[in-house]
Amino acid sequence: MVESSMPESEHKVREILATVKDPEIPVLTVEDMGIIRGIELDGQKVRVKITPTYSGCPAMDEIAADIRKALLAEGYEPEVVSVLSPPWSSLWISEEGRRKMEVYGIAAPLEEVADKRALMGEKRVVKCTHCGSMNTRLVSPFGSTACKALFQCNDCLEPFDYFKCI
Amino acid sequence: MNKSLYDYLILLGDSPLILGHRLSELCGHGPNLETDIALSNIALDLFGQVRNWYQYAAEVHGEGKTEDDIAFLRYEHEYRNVVLTEQPNKDFAWVIARQFYFDAWHFSLLSQLTESRDERISAIAAKSIKEVTYHRRFSSEWVKRLGDGTEESHIRMQNAIAHFAMYKGELFEETNVEKEMFASGTGADFKVLKTQFDSFTNEVLNDAGLEIPQIDWTQRGGKQGVHSEHLGYILTDLQYMQRAYPGMQW
Repeated sequence: MVESSMPESEHKVREILATVKDPEIPVLTVEDMGIIRGIELDGQKVRVKITPTYSGCPAMDEIAADIRKALLAEGYEPEVVSVLSPPWSSLWISEEGRRKMEVYGIAAPLEEVADKRALMGEKRVVKCTHCGSMNTRLVSPFGSTACKALFQCNDCLEPFDYFKCI
Repeated sequence: MNKSLYDYLILLGDSPLILGHRLSELCGHGPNLETDIALSNIALDLFGQVRNWYQYAAEVHGEGKTEDDIAFLRYEHEYRNVVLTEQPNKDFAWVIARQFYFDAWHFSLLSQLTESRDERISAIAAKSIKEVTYHRRFSSEWVKRLGDGTEESHIRMQNAIAHFAMYKGELFEETNVEKEMFASGTGADFKVLKTQFDSFTNEVLNDAGLEIPQIDWTQRGGKQGVHSEHLGYILTDLQYMQRAYPGMQW
């Protein structure tokens, strides 16, 4: 998120971070994912705090390396550290991120109560990313990556990914 | 170094490491695609959690020790996982019963550790419990589905639940380190752990139409480093690269 109240120097770092993509969902930037937890600047030295979406997310090492690379290319001396608390929540994905995710073909996470119903198979609330039908079903709470569940549309019969709430 | 804290972190990390390894053996061998992916995902979550425990343990240890040293360069008797986690995969009911007991225990343990006075422990627990909530839901739903399924699935699930009951007791046997950690506000209350475990597992088994095994003895030893024969075979596989090419890195 680039805010007008930020000092110029941090603004610049945020702009660079907005170019770093999540390798698993390459339409989303690390900013969209809400995994940037803080930026500390001291001259050209910059310390970026990131938090993992899932403990075992294999993309985290690559994301940290990509952030380092992007900042190095702009002349910074970067340090990327991982923080665990508070734990990442799917609520931290930005509106822009949710929109891009949907266009990419992944249903964005619902708010928590609705998500529990969807994953318990109680209510059809996840919209098909192909045809927009609400008549969908949970195939498996574990999908192609740690952060996704697998759904299928009962109308167009296509499978699709749903980004889980945590 | 704070020896008690180090030992405690090893206790916390070793069980999910060994269970994660068992689950990873099923990658590409699950009964169908969805369960194969689910079990591999659970293994991945557990390994991520283990890395957090071992990274902290390595820092507590100092002297340049790393998470990899802890995972790959210890001998069998130095691992502190409960013997439940090293039991082999047999059929799917077997895998689910082992996971069900483990998840019920793991969930209650982590929920208590989110209140730990040690901020690093509470942060790792708060992160992990979000993932373990999904694990526990997955294994308990399968217990119900198989228990309340066909005649064949019911028999197999009942047998597996009865078989693994002999490994439950060790989950609630408190070592001196765990007693010390509880006393200092860092660790978990084992009485609460046992009550929560029993109430959750009994409810699921009732829903599944399965008999609750009555057993008054337990297999034990893992938490003291005395393991079943299976652990040696697991480590032979798990540690192969570090033993064959010492110090290798990705």
